[in-house]
Amino acid sequence: MIELLKQPWPWYVAGAFVGLTVPALLILGNKHFGISANLRHACAACLPTNIKFFKYNWKKEMWNFFFVGGILLGAFLATQFFSSPDPIQVNQTLVEELKGYGINDYSKMIPAQIFSFENLFSIRGLVLLVGGGFLVGFGSRYAGGCTSGHSIMGLSDLQKPSLSFMVGGFIMANLLLPFIMKL
Amino acid sequence: MIDTSYQHKTHQPLVVEQLNDTDYEVRAQDTMCVNESHLQHKWYHNIKYAIVGIIFGIVFTKAEVISWFRIQEMFRLQSFHMYGVIGTAVVVGMISVWLIKRFNIKTIYGEKIEFHPKKFNKGQIIGGLIFGLGWAMTGACPGPLFAQIGTGALVALVVLLSAVTGTWVYGYFRERLPH
Repeated sequence: MIELLKQPWPWYVAGAFVGLTVPALLILGNKHFGISANLRHACAACLPTNIKFFKYNWKKEMWNFFFVGGILLGAFLATQFFSSPDPIQVNQTLVEELKGYGINDYSKMIPAQIFSFENLFSIRGLVLLVGGGFLVGFGSRYAGGCTSGHSIMGLSDLQKPSLSFMVGGFIMANLLLPFIMKL
Repeated sequence: MIDTSYQHKTHQPLVVEQLNDTDYEVRAQDTMCVNESHLQHKWYHNIKYAIVGIIFGIVFTKAEVISWFRIQEMFRLQSFHMYGVIGTAVVVGMISVWLIKRFNIKTIYGEKIEFHPKKFNKGQIIGGLIFGLGWAMTGACPGPLFAQIGTGALVALVVLLSAVTGTWVYGYFRERLPH
């Protein structure tokens, strides 16, 4: 059983669980699933200054801090107690491409050759981590939600989705990233 | 002596806070995910959301949804994995919401579950595009970002801080951006 849990889980198991988060949060207390809102609540809580967009009762959304705190803890537990000892299996074409950028460490979820404090202060590291993070925060709020709120919660409630984030991802991964990776 | 204050709250879900009528509007601005409940509870009631989060975090990690590599595969159409996860999640979510509406399922506090359709605006297109660029760079949308930190990749804290900054800057320029 434990051996089975240690294997990477298939997409349909993960998809079902993620989907069930929607009714779980609704039934537990009328909460609408969405994670990027936390970034805004953090602004509202720490540095609202005089911006109207951040002047609301963020304490009413405290539940979401507990939710993401749980996500962090869950990831910690999964890594500590049932992580797979094998490296991540990825498409061979990708392996070849990444090799060209000096990335060949598949032991962790994220490539150590980009995501480490030593590489943070390289130009590539700064652009990818600091720049990328900024775009995620700015864009998800401008769009009114990220993957969870926009696609999963939004589509579940049959709201017109915006799939432009997929377009953004395709442009970045295929057209821009090859240049950034060589920085 | 039995503490009846808690009971009182659960059996009378009409402790509506009507003072902050406009607060909901600001809170729901550009945000899908809000607290629709009118009830007020002690802080420890939030622990149940942390438990849902823990399960969610374990699933995210074990299915490698939080992996930078999987996101790269997705945007290069080299793997079905992520499409399978998101697709299944949407279908399961849709069926669940349909069931909740169809059978008028209430929250555990007996409150009606509320849905508010959002108005479509241009920001969803432009913002989505910007968000997508960032997603392919960091390999993380906001949920997996928290999970990455949990796996011990502390450098993801920098990404998180940067994302909070991005959100703040959006709030600062919000009125001047096309919507």
